[in-house]
Amino acid sequence: MIASLPQVTTTYYLLLAAVLFAVGVFGVMVRRNPLVLFMCIELMLNAVNLTFVAFAKRAGDVGGETTVFFVMVVAAAEVVAGLGIIVAILRRRPNATTDDLAELKG
Amino acid sequence: MELFVFICATAMVLVGAMGVITRTHPVHAALSLILTLFGVAVHFVALAADFLAAVQVIVYAGAIVVLFLFVIMLLGVDKAEDLRIEPFKVQRPVAAVVGVAIISLLGMAILAVRDVPAPASHNNESVQAAVDAGGHDGNIRALARDLFSDHVLAFELTSVLLVIAVVGTVILARKPRKGELA
Repeated sequence: MIASLPQVTTTYYLLLAAVLFAVGVFGVMVRRNPLVLFMCIELMLNAVNLTFVAFAKRAGDVGGETTVFFVMVVAAAEVVAGLGIIVAILRRRPNATTDDLAELKG
Repeated sequence: MELFVFICATAMVLVGAMGVITRTHPVHAALSLILTLFGVAVHFVALAADFLAAVQVIVYAGAIVVLFLFVIMLLGVDKAEDLRIEPFKVQRPVAAVVGVAIISLLGMAILAVRDVPAPASHNNESVQAAVDAGGHDGNIRALARDLFSDHVLAFELTSVLLVIAVVGTVILARKPRKGELA
């Protein structure tokens, strides 16, 4: 019984990352709250991080983990800058959704 | 055991992800995001990336989600969003089609190459070898050696990036003084 359990391979992690990425894409396309949009972008970044780490384990190369480290730093900077922009927008227009942000349209 | 851990962590990841895209309240979405991030951290541990698992919990769950919650609560935008509003008629079906297309395309590609053997490592500091040699902190040693030798320029540049992000955010988010254009 125990011996018949399948081994967890890289394929499992890659499939999970694909599903997680698709969920993030769906969220970005559907949700209208700018904060939730950012959370969906975080989901996609995490899916890619999972792919990198799975391949690092498979290839036996620590370079993939280094890349994830940099992705995390850039994600932190991106969230900080993005939330700054959202704060600036929401201060002028409370409860704005992404549909209202068409001011720059010519 | 490995499979059990994988299934539990996968359940955490997927339940959290569904929570992020279906909860109407932004605070609930942020808490669901924490669940997803913890699940990914468990996967990192299972993949022998101990340091990244710690960073995942500290930076993502500890810093980024707290930042989200601060913005939600300070700005008072914690109003439930009406998910029934659909700005374009075909938006949801198109989004669903795109999501399924991504899953099936990536899935087919992944399943097509699943029997390809792993490439021979040309890097001496392989993950498993480093874990074997360095004991409990082998992963951190290997990562640090890679980061501070091959990628030291990129590492320094990330510090510049962080400074730029902090300064830019302070300028963006501060209230304009009197007589100053907003």
